[in-house]
Amino acid sequence: MLLINCPYCGERPELEFVHGGQAHIARPGDPAECSDQQWAEYLYRRDNIKGLHGERWRHTHGCGRFFNALRDTTSDVFLATYKVGEQPPTQAQLKGVKA
Amino acid sequence: MQRFSGLSLIRRGLTGQRGWQPQWRQAEPKAAYDAIIVGGGGHGLGAAFYLAKEHGLTRVAVVEKGWIGGGNTGRNTTIIRSNYLFDESAALYDHSVQLWESLSQVLNYNVMFSQRGVLMLAHTVHDVQVCQRHVHANRANGVDNEWLTPEEARAVCPLLQTDDIRYPVLGAAFQRRGGTARHDAVAWGFARAADALGVDIIENCEVIGIRRDAHGAACGIETTRGFISAPRIGVSAAGHSSVIMKMAGVELPIESYPLQALVSEPVKPIFPCVVMSNTIHAYISQSDKGEMVIGAGTDAYTSYTQRGGLHISRHAIEAICELFPMFRRLRMLRNWGGIVDVTPDRSPIIAKTPVPGLYVNCGWGTGGFKATPGAAHLLAWTIAHDAPHPINAPFTIERFRDGNLIDEAAAAAVAH
Repeated sequence: MLLINCPYCGERPELEFVHGGQAHIARPGDPAECSDQQWAEYLYRRDNIKGLHGERWRHTHGCGRFFNALRDTTSDVFLATYKVGEQPPTQAQLKGVKA
Repeated sequence: MQRFSGLSLIRRGLTGQRGWQPQWRQAEPKAAYDAIIVGGGGHGLGAAFYLAKEHGLTRVAVVEKGWIGGGNTGRNTTIIRSNYLFDESAALYDHSVQLWESLSQVLNYNVMFSQRGVLMLAHTVHDVQVCQRHVHANRANGVDNEWLTPEEARAVCPLLQTDDIRYPVLGAAFQRRGGTARHDAVAWGFARAADALGVDIIENCEVIGIRRDAHGAACGIETTRGFISAPRIGVSAAGHSSVIMKMAGVELPIESYPLQALVSEPVKPIFPCVVMSNTIHAYISQSDKGEMVIGAGTDAYTSYTQRGGLHISRHAIEAICELFPMFRRLRMLRNWGGIVDVTPDRSPIIAKTPVPGLYVNCGWGTGGFKATPGAAHLLAWTIAHDAPHPINAPFTIERFRDGNLIDEAAAAAVAH
């Protein structure tokens, strides 16, 4: 069981959260203007990174709010969580955080 | 190749089991091959075997970063069935079951394929409707499947608790041709048979790059044991398909999740078939060693950890204890995880890619073992002809762009 640090509520067990997939994917402003390829990429293509993964989580059984996290998919260690609208922490800010 | 027969077993048995040869050579990578398969699981070894046997390509190498069958081939719960809803899926999975039926003879290696039947339980009115729809769709496609009442299901599997449980069993779909096989033997049997046809099986050789020529076509792989050139490269590296394909600039609609399984201490033969339940999510069968083999679900988030959360396997065990109360006192021996490639429609991709000379077999999600000979056969065909076989023609990467999904996720032949 992982402990996840909700930026609003603090550390809570994994069971309180729902994973929301890869973060920072912008929905195309005007879907009608997209080619099939662009729309398919928005819907289906994911980076599926082996390493540091920016992802959305929702504290469903808590505050109910979405937030973002940086997690190492080779160890499941969370390096940081941050609020929606904020940029992920830079390499310099992550220095000293153990993956 | 040293052929196995009843006589050879008796002879070795009487002479102290001496004189057995290694099942395959420890091959060193050569500079060039006609085709390379990336991934030494059942799918990859099988593809090399069929390339050599049916398409006459004998300068073939299989490269594996670890050891043969140490990935998902050795981590699954060995269930084989073909009762999928859609026409494309039924054709694909039944192609595989048909190959399973003669595989031990073809490989001269006992893969212990046992058609003990797969029982899929229905616990709700919706389940009953879905299962019966599957039965009808399967039969229309020539795939055997039948509807059983709870009494008939208990006759097939006497241990099954159908009443006095939270979700009583209202009936079941039963595919008699389904069953299990010994997964290690599948990898070893394909490796041995491919080796005998001249295929080089190169273990401890990790791919770190895919080289492309001036025209963009794949022309070889960079590995931890040096560059190996080949005009045709097939990738069958489930769990890491995205990682490998990105080396050639091909992006896949795939996410990787840990899927867990566990086995109990071995007990005497008590469990005559495979039982699975979508609604309360459990898979169980008994191995020939006597262990109860239990399949759990995937984690809720992508990961490459080959581990999985404890609460996921706990959930599966709770479901098993509900359906089979006598197993409550059974102790679990081991649990583990494997990394599975999941596509948005839960159907696989066996196809050419945008890169000429590069082919991929991936996206089998939580159910790739059953497809081992079929997927291998079709990947080999696709590589040899530079075009898909009619059976795998619908299973492209482009189906996601073109809207031709084969949506087994929604059809839910299994729980996802």
